[in-house]
Amino acid sequence: MTQDNPLLQVESLSKFYGHRIGCADVSFDLYPGEVMGIVGESGSGKSTLLNCLSGHLPPDQGRVMFDTRADGMRDTVTMSEPERRMLGRTDWAFVHQHARDGLRMNVSAGGNVGERLMAVGARHYGDIRGAAIDWLGRVEISEDRIDDRPRQFSGGMQQRLQIARNLVTGPRLVFMDEPTGGLDVSVQARLLDLLRGLVREMGLSAIVVTHDLAVVRLLAHRLMVMKDGYVVETGLTDQVLDDPQHGYTQLLVSSVLQV
Amino acid sequence: MIKVENVAKSFVLHNQGSAVIPVMDGAALTVAPGECVALIGASGAGKSTLMRMIYGNYTAQGGRIMVGDVDVASAAPRQILELRRNTLGYVSQFLRVVPRVPTLEVVAEPLRAVGMDSAAAEARARDLLSRLNIPERLWSLSPTTFSGGEQQRVNIARGFAFEYPAMLLDEPTASLDATNRAVVLDLIRTAKARGAAIVGIFHDEAARAEVCDREVDVSVFTPKAVA
Repeated sequence: MTQDNPLLQVESLSKFYGHRIGCADVSFDLYPGEVMGIVGESGSGKSTLLNCLSGHLPPDQGRVMFDTRADGMRDTVTMSEPERRMLGRTDWAFVHQHARDGLRMNVSAGGNVGERLMAVGARHYGDIRGAAIDWLGRVEISEDRIDDRPRQFSGGMQQRLQIARNLVTGPRLVFMDEPTGGLDVSVQARLLDLLRGLVREMGLSAIVVTHDLAVVRLLAHRLMVMKDGYVVETGLTDQVLDDPQHGYTQLLVSSVLQV
Repeated sequence: MIKVENVAKSFVLHNQGSAVIPVMDGAALTVAPGECVALIGASGAGKSTLMRMIYGNYTAQGGRIMVGDVDVASAAPRQILELRRNTLGYVSQFLRVVPRVPTLEVVAEPLRAVGMDSAAAEARARDLLSRLNIPERLWSLSPTTFSGGEQQRVNIARGFAFEYPAMLLDEPTASLDATNRAVVLDLIRTAKARGAAIVGIFHDEAARAEVCDREVDVSVFTPKAVA
């Protein structure tokens, strides 16, 4: 898992809304196979940070260096739009909180998955359908649903379809925004198991934004805690949660209800 | 293999009047390959705290904690993650698992993490679970509903699955009957024989006497103002 070169190098990333801080001066390195959790309450800047990292929002300052295989470390902030879009279709993936934001609701399940393969050059119908069936199986969607529209799926199933659609091209870095938000507890549990397994099997790196500390403990190796746009604490997930140093982290951890 | 040098620890409770709780000062410990060193001291003296610091689960406010070539007190997260995968094992007092994962999988996981193939990992897991007298009918179930003693044995099976060069054992024989206690002590002896450096906490004095070569009293490291 450990390589000498980081997959992602973020330097002093900042985003402002007038005089209000979206996120300020965020820096970190992410290595292959690592999952970084970003936690914070509403207004902490975690979603702004994720959107700036993933190219959905232009930051005002800073660099997001990514290890593209062909060209070495490139600053994705200054990449051209077509280059960034290509990255989004191949090496990067983004799992939205609401599956409908990451799916084509009028296209069949198989089509949602196959479309991604076609966008990177796959042409053989049989192969594409085969890959779609395989991936739907990996996210536990049965083959007989392949021609159904996502509208006909439950929330949890839509989310699993979104994951399949995102992972079929074998990305190296996955951004996730509250991947289990809004889902029933049992559905959340199943989804987390799936994500854990896929991250491990595929050696993915991921950046997961969530307000749920239990999700982060399960999924993330490392953790950044955000408050008012700043990262107030960072480290190994178990260390930040078990021995929090910053007052805000201590407050967050002590506020979690026990079952 | 394990070298703790001049380590200090205090907790600052920012939301409780910024109370400062100094726990440890000048902590020192050396463990050579093949040795088992016991941490002793009254409850609350800092035995588990020191163990967690060696694992990187707790921060150190001063000093060095060398495990092999890595100073856990100042290493980058990814170095500690790699250390925990390949070098340093930890059997904590309580079984902490991801819900819904079958027992066999819980035990095989550390082996998969180092790249062992599924079949071999499962075979080793089965062997350990059998030795620790966990009935086969439980292997496909999640251990979260097992008894305390059964959970402890699953915890131990997981901790001993991979042959770590360094191991931290927090009350490995607690909640165990005589038969299983003997199995665990045997596992510890085997680990020592292959050269593992082990730090253990044993309230059970007889167990301690059987497998530990030395004792280190952590109350010696309690800061003077507090003692």
